[in-house]
Amino acid sequence: MIATGQTLKAVEEVKGRSLWVDARRRLLRNRAAMAGMIILALITLLALLAPFFLPFAYDEINYDIIACAPNWWPAETVCRAPGHIFGTDGVGRDLFVRVLFGARVSLAVGLVATLVSLLIGVLYGATAGYLGGRIDGLMMRIVDVLYSLPFVFFVIILMVIFDRNFILLFVAIGAVEWLTMARIVRGQTLSIKQKEFIEAARAGGVGTPGIITRHIIPNVVGPVMVYVTLTVPGLILTESFLSFLGLGIQEPLTSWGVLISDGADQMETAPWMLLFPALFMAVTLFSFNFIGDGLRDALDPKDR
Amino acid sequence: MSALLEITDFNVHFALADGDVHAVKNASLTIQEGECLGVVGESGSGKSQLFLAAFGLLAANGRATGSVKYRGEEILGASPERLNTLRGSGVTMIFQDPLTSLTPHLKVGAQITEALMLHRKISRAEAQVRARDMLDYVRIPESARRLRQYPHELSGGMRQRVMIAMATITGPDLIIADEPTTALDVTVQAQILEILRALKNEKQTAIAMVSHDMGVIAGLADRVQVMRHGEIVESGNADEIFYAPKHDYTRLLLAAIPKADETPPPATAIGAPLLAVEELKVSFPVKDKGLFGKTRQLRAVDGISFSLHQGETLGVVGESGCGKSTLARAVLQLLPKSQGRVVWLGRDLDAHADIRKLREEFQIVFQDPLASLDPRMPIGLSIAEPLKALEPHLPRETVRGRARAIMQRVGLDPAWINRYPHELSGGQNQRVGLARAMIVGPKMLVCDEAVSALDVSIQAQIVELIRDLQKETGLALIFISHDLSVVRRLSHRVMVLYLGRVVELAPSAMLYTNPRHPYTRALLSAVLSPDPRAERAKKRELLTGDLPSPLDPRAQLTFLKSRLGEPDYRPKLEQVATGHWVAEHD
Repeated sequence: MIATGQTLKAVEEVKGRSLWVDARRRLLRNRAAMAGMIILALITLLALLAPFFLPFAYDEINYDIIACAPNWWPAETVCRAPGHIFGTDGVGRDLFVRVLFGARVSLAVGLVATLVSLLIGVLYGATAGYLGGRIDGLMMRIVDVLYSLPFVFFVIILMVIFDRNFILLFVAIGAVEWLTMARIVRGQTLSIKQKEFIEAARAGGVGTPGIITRHIIPNVVGPVMVYVTLTVPGLILTESFLSFLGLGIQEPLTSWGVLISDGADQMETAPWMLLFPALFMAVTLFSFNFIGDGLRDALDPKDR
Repeated sequence: MSALLEITDFNVHFALADGDVHAVKNASLTIQEGECLGVVGESGSGKSQLFLAAFGLLAANGRATGSVKYRGEEILGASPERLNTLRGSGVTMIFQDPLTSLTPHLKVGAQITEALMLHRKISRAEAQVRARDMLDYVRIPESARRLRQYPHELSGGMRQRVMIAMATITGPDLIIADEPTTALDVTVQAQILEILRALKNEKQTAIAMVSHDMGVIAGLADRVQVMRHGEIVESGNADEIFYAPKHDYTRLLLAAIPKADETPPPATAIGAPLLAVEELKVSFPVKDKGLFGKTRQLRAVDGISFSLHQGETLGVVGESGCGKSTLARAVLQLLPKSQGRVVWLGRDLDAHADIRKLREEFQIVFQDPLASLDPRMPIGLSIAEPLKALEPHLPRETVRGRARAIMQRVGLDPAWINRYPHELSGGQNQRVGLARAMIVGPKMLVCDEAVSALDVSIQAQIVELIRDLQKETGLALIFISHDLSVVRRLSHRVMVLYLGRVVELAPSAMLYTNPRHPYTRALLSAVLSPDPRAERAKKRELLTGDLPSPLDPRAQLTFLKSRLGEPDYRPKLEQVATGHWVAEHD
């Protein structure tokens, strides 16, 4: 009798874990993903705190030090700007503070638009794929119609109707970006819903919303994560393209995309103007890729 | 005279992330010319790896040591060129899954002639002729047309025959058959074994037959080796192994095979039926090729009626494509029916507004234990899911307690709730499937080929568990299988299906001792017994060829040729004894 009591107690101690709890534990053990997260957190923190610890404002123009290299720059240059650790840009603004301000816009666009597209795209695609038949046909035709709208034209219309503003940028990008996500998720769902465990869940009395959220979505996470890590860099570039057309961020505000395209023009005379924003962007994108890979592996219980 | 194949002190190691796995331990065996060696063992016993490694087909992380001699020549560690010549001309292989071992985009003819032209250096035209002869030899009808077909156009049995044709056409001395019939229906299995036997007797080809099923080996093998955990635990003549096994494990394997003469339990059915199915029909629209192809109705279930009482087990038997799984799904309202009635506890299921509420009363266990569990859900959550879905008001603690209790009941350690399906074996996963079905306390359980994917020894355990559960709870069971011998252990009554219709329905004792319908007799004769002498002597009533297409309206009259003039005629069921119904036949 004592023995039985003990086993029962031992049994009581094993607490049930869900996939998400397991995934978090595995993610925390993944060094590359953790490094990526720490770097991203640092960049975000720097971007948010920039105005409080830097002696220069992002729009402070100084015509005495136009396109000057930082003091430590190894190569021969026309002029040096002491105190500006990344040098200055074409109108003598501090490049370091501008890179950090650019991070605000680029990260916000990349993250928010991705999250929006993830949320809408995954739910929409999984629902269309799972319900199938006419509903699927209708939902995917809507996607096709939206796909066929010219993106730039769509953004210009939005700007004309609602006036130019920062939020619209998210709306415009998000509205286009979720379409591809929905298609990917729908395709995956179509193959998953044939699996026997979906039928088993139906036989067990699980309703449609339960099947979609508990069985289908966790099983499409792999391809979705890969796609997301490709989306974030794409979005950052899209933003710079819009800004270049004058539809996105306006001077004196800036973003990485704008800084890089400005820097590319001055590449021969002032390489630091390209180097630093590009470096920040590259490191950020690497971090996103590592986090994406880590998430994909963490959410796959077969990978231990 | 030296042996055809001599393997001595053979070891296979796999380097995995968690350390080395010693898959084959000091195995030694010999195969003489024209002899059949049976190698038996459960999944994971290393029996397949033994032969793959011996002929240089080891995975990259594997390492093989020891000696493998083919006609006295050492081939372990031989050059890839030498091994390529050997494989395909001297030694060929037949694998378990005939679909995945044929290239999907190459026509059958091209695949058969490929090896021939490579190894025998003959012209394409000559190779084509040889290929056709070979298809005739493995009894594929209309061989000339088959050569121009793609693998997916052939049935599973047909594809396995193509595999045998490919393996034999170069005239090898040794064929390694790795579970060649495991994925096939019993009747097709009997046909394939017949062909292998002919190969051995007529062409004097040596065969290494690898299987988990002692019954498959019984009729074919001259000698048998039993493997367990990578070691050969017993070897000897077929008669010695089957009639006087020395090792405990061999005895265990033999005991696990359902005996053909096992007495079925007496029927206990009384009172009003729990479930009554009346003239149930399910059909699927099938569209012909082309833009304006006609849509025809494939009648998967074509008018089936039966009833089921509390505590009773109805065995449903038939080959793949006979509609047994469709029947189960239609009864459980997982598929829409096209006609007929399903009455549950005296009430038509159509009259229920929300079928989900009734799911607590009837549950299902699926065939493939791994595929029927969500790979990303820990088994504890999978088991608890129906309970959470059907009784959302239950407090968490109660759900957890009931999940633990049912896990213990089906023989799973409740501490495993956080494991994922891929971490468990097939038998354990099937226990999870059973626990998930039983947690809501159903009145009826449908087992859809619930043990077909498992090793014979595990099958026996699961069948035992199901029988115990039935005794405890008075559960009504619908037990579906393609194998009459598995069904026999459990069933009070057995229903034999052929192309969506009942051909025979009778209490088990009557059906097994006095089968009336020719199809039932063919199924029974295809059942293998672990008795080499009887197997060798047995005259089988084999069905020839494949099941006819269910789209063909005359297919129903296969056993009633006298009515072929009336294609819409359906054979009627006639009562030949109390409770024994047989469809009309010639």
